[in-house]
Formats: sequence, structure tokens, C-alpha cells
Amino acid sequence: MSATSRSGGARSPGLIPPPTRADGRRAAPALDVTGLRKEFDGRTVLDGIDLHVPEGTVFSLLGPNGAGKTTTVAILSTLLAPDGGRARVAGYDLVRQSESVRSVIGVTGQFAAVDPLLTAEENLRLMADLAHLDRATGRRRTAELLDAFDLTKAARRTVGTLSGGMRRKLDLAMTLVGEPRLLFLDEPTTGLDPRSRRTVWETVRRLVDEQRVTVFLTTQYLEEADHLADRIAVLDRGRIVAEGTADDLKRRVPGGHIRLHFPDRAALRAAAALLDSGTADPEALTLRVPGDGGIPALRAVLDVLGEAAVPADRLSVHTPDLDDVFLALTGPGTHSEEHAR
Amino acid sequence: MSAAALALRDSRTMLRRVLLHARRYPSLSLSVLIMPVTMLLLFTFAFGGALGAGLTGGSGPGSAAGSGADYIDYIAPGIMLMAATAGSLSVAVGVCVDMTGGIVNRFRTMSISRTAFLTGHVVGAVLQTMAGVVLVTVVAVLIGFRPDASPLEWLAALGLLTLVALALAWLSAGFGLVARTVESASNMPMPLQFLPFLGSAVVTPETMPAGLRWFAEHQPFTPVIETLRGLLTGDGIGTDGPVALAWCTGLVLVGHLWARRAFHRSAAGR
Repeated sequence: MSATSRSGGARSPGLIPPPTRADGRRAAPALDVTGLRKEFDGRTVLDGIDLHVPEGTVFSLLGPNGAGKTTTVAILSTLLAPDGGRARVAGYDLVRQSESVRSVIGVTGQFAAVDPLLTAEENLRLMADLAHLDRATGRRRTAELLDAFDLTKAARRTVGTLSGGMRRKLDLAMTLVGEPRLLFLDEPTTGLDPRSRRTVWETVRRLVDEQRVTVFLTTQYLEEADHLADRIAVLDRGRIVAEGTADDLKRRVPGGHIRLHFPDRAALRAAAALLDSGTADPEALTLRVPGDGGIPALRAVLDVLGEAAVPADRLSVHTPDLDDVFLALTGPGTHSEEHAR
Repeated sequence: MSAAALALRDSRTMLRRVLLHARRYPSLSLSVLIMPVTMLLLFTFAFGGALGAGLTGGSGPGSAAGSGADYIDYIAPGIMLMAATAGSLSVAVGVCVDMTGGIVNRFRTMSISRTAFLTGHVVGAVLQTMAGVVLVTVVAVLIGFRPDASPLEWLAALGLLTLVALALAWLSAGFGLVARTVESASNMPMPLQFLPFLGSAVVTPETMPAGLRWFAEHQPFTPVIETLRGLLTGDGIGTDGPVALAWCTGLVLVGHLWARRAFHRSAAGR
């Protein structure tokens, strides 16, 4: 895709000067992280992670609860100091130039960071003032964002009275007031209904496609990463255990299969003898036959069973998804050993 | 824009936010206005007779006699000081509510002045507090308080009260930052608001038992009250003036540094 083809340039700002915004701030939204470490009370939460995110792409950090996703976002958005490693955010050194880092990032965390005592419109105006926009621009941005997030009707309502989904949308809208070049979204759709989730996804996609914003997204929803991300890294117990495109990751786990269900053990035994590549499960009375789920493969299997008159009840086709990746790559210990964060 | 100009702009934005909160949820702000007036009326009309009688022979304002009309000249500066402590509760609660929500983390990831958030809360509380001070002073004059202060002395008195309000607001911002719950944040400034009672606000320390009397004479609010009396009704502030000023500036400084440090630590130690 075109967004990734420019990645080489974005990663070496010495060769291609970063674009300059109207207000003169540098904007080179790429994330370059090596060996990032963080400990809490002697317990290692991030154990040397490397991340490289080209400008104008969506990068997803995928992992179970407690893997260190939120800690990573907190560090990269200057909320927490790292204990080790190096990180450049939009070309700026995370630690030494944190003020500059803050000028180009926007963060929407897991919990709605809105002012519940103000109205939706006042919240956005507050952000406009803090982004040092002039009055007219602030008013215009506020109106645009209320419209874009379908919040115009709720503009004068106190945020405390809004639904959870509306608050999350407002939260994201507030983050966008300052037109960040690099957007951190920490589990942006956790707890949202499907419709609001779609809205968030569409917004993210539009920001990337139309304004070349870079998005760093954490999620525990594989579907979300699959849908949005150009590249995905799987974080498990403070380490990156896999990285690549969704397809890369899917290729790394055993492929798809056809699952056949039989009425009794005799039928299952007969089928297993005919289809010797299959794996029988006598308990569930099923046979797993490797295959990509295409029609020729299906027909071949059904023909074999039909000719031998083996009765099969039904079949299901299983294509590999990120769930397989997730479960294959993140150890079973991960889910029980939940960290505090 | 220079760093100072940006800090000023951000603080003004944060102040606007705090005042908007006060306008939308006026119960805390109203109590800052109403409590001191209630205290004034209570002490003048309900307790004034007995307390005023007890003052006779005390060294307080010198001419204190046993009648309620004169006792108001003694109690009014005390109540004005109490009014100056009234805003501390709203700072502690306001800061703590913000800290327990997500909005402060949002502020921290934005390119804005680091102290604007606290400055907004503190200045907002001082403005509301001083409105309460002015109101209670007007009511005091209406019911018989007869100060003989020159405009300059009035200005000095209000300046000193502003300094008191500022010191307590910074300390209370610190309370709001270290408190784990809004309930405990609202309790923490209580002792500060009670302190004037254990000084010369209501009665002269001479009438107290020895230990308490020593405390009353050496706690920071007593020189402040005596300075107010000197400025408004008496004929000089003696050494109380410099002592009061030293206490107030010291507390502003300590409160400010402590609150800033607590704000900084609250980010790193999450």
C-alpha cells in the first residue's frame, strides 16, 4: 500500500526533511523504539521491546490483559518514564524532548478522559484553548468534530448524562482537536457497542487515509487489529513475541481445516480410514481434515465420503484467524498470571 | 509565544474551567459565601452577649466592653479570616475529583504548562474566597461593625486575607493530590478551618488554659487576626504585621512547592 511505501523515508529523517505544519512545529510521525524496559517494584513489566512504526500507518499492539500494552502507551505518551531503552516519537527523543513529543501526539486511553461536569461542546472548546487555537478556529474545530462524531444533538448536554459510547466518541473527538500527527489509542473500543465500534474504526481509517495520521493502537480484539492495522505486534508478558501483517501472522500458525461431524463412531472410523490426512476426535465424533476451505477441496472430501456411503451429519470450514495466532503465540500461563496493570 | 505567556494562557484556560464548574455546581461555592455570614450572625447575635462580656478585662482590642455592639468590632476581623479559609475545601475536593478521573492524564499528555492545572484550581478558589470575604465584611458593617481604617489600611487588610486564602488554597491543592478518595480530601482541610477558633478569632487567648493559650498565641492565624484588628479598628499592627506576613508567605511557598511536587509524583508513581 502507498502508506507503507514511504516508510523508508519516514524512518530516516536525515534524508527526507519532515513536513512542517503551519505553526512551524515539526511533524515526522514515526515511532522508533529499541529495548524499552519498565519495572514496577522490581517486577519487569516491559522486557526490552522494539517497535518501528512508519508514518501514516496503523500499528496494533495486540495482547492479553496484563501483557504491558497500557504501560507501553503510558511511556510513549510521556506519562511514565521508561527504565531503559531508547525511543524517538515523531523524530523527537522521548525523554529529552518530551515537550516536543507532547506537541505532536494525541492520546485516548482506556477510560474516558473527559470533564464530566462540562458539556460536550465545552469539553471540546477546552481542548481548543489548551491547543492554543484562536477563538474562531477553536469554534470551527468544535463544530466540525461534533458533526463528525454525530454529537451535535448532545453538544449542550453535560457529559455526565451521556451514554458510555457517546463519552468515548467525545473522548476521541477531544484528542483530535489539536490535530495530532501520531495518535495513541489504548483499547479504544473496549466496552463499546458494535455501532460505536464501527464509528471509531471508520474515523481511524479516515484519519490515516485522508490526513496521513499515524495510529498506534492497542487492543485485545483480534478482529479490530485484523480490520485496522497495517502491522501487528503481539505482546506477551512484556515481550514482543511476533510481528508482521495480519497475513504474516496467520501464516505462522497451522492452516485451515474442514471439520466433519458424524452420527456415530463407526462412521467416524470409516471416514478416518478414507481420509488419512484427517485427525479424528472420537469424543466429539469429528474429523479434522486439513484444507483451505475452497470448493474443490470440499467437493473432493464429500465425493470420497459419498462413494463409500459414509454418513456425515454436517461440516464446518475453519479458516485461520488471529485468534489462532493469539492462542498459539501467547502462552497459557499468560492468562492466569495477570499483572496489576 | 514565550513560555511565561503560554503558562499564563493555560492557567487562564484552567481557571475558566474551574469557574465554569463553580457556576454549574454552585453548592460548594455558595457555602463559601453563606458559611461566613452565618458564623458572623451567630457569633454577633447568639453568642455575642456572653462572649463579649467575657472579653472585659482582656487585652484584645483594648476598649472591648461587654455589649454586643462592641463585640462585633472584636469578632468581625476574626470572621473575615474564617471566610478566607472557607475556599480550601473546594480546592481539595476539586483537585481530588479531577485526579480520580481521567482528565488529568489527558492534560499531562498535552503540550501545556505543567502547573496550569493546579494554578487554575488555586486562583479559582482564591477568587471565590475573596468574594466571600467581601460579602461578610459588607454584612458586618451593615449590622454595626465600625472600622476606622483608611483606604490604604483596607487594602492592606484585603491583601493579607488574599495571602491567607492563597496559602490555604495551595496547601489544600496538596491535600487533594495526596488524598485517595474525595471524602478524605474533603476532611483534610477541616483542621485548618478550625484553627482560628484556637487563636484570637473569637475570644482572647488570655481566657484559655495555659497549654492552649501558648498554642493560641503562637499559631499562624493569631498574628494575622491581630494585624487585621490593628489595620481595621486599632491604632497599629506592632510586630504582628511582619510575623503575619512571614507566616503567610512561608505557607504560600511551602504549599506551592508541596503541591507541585505531589502533582509531579502522582504521575510517576501510578
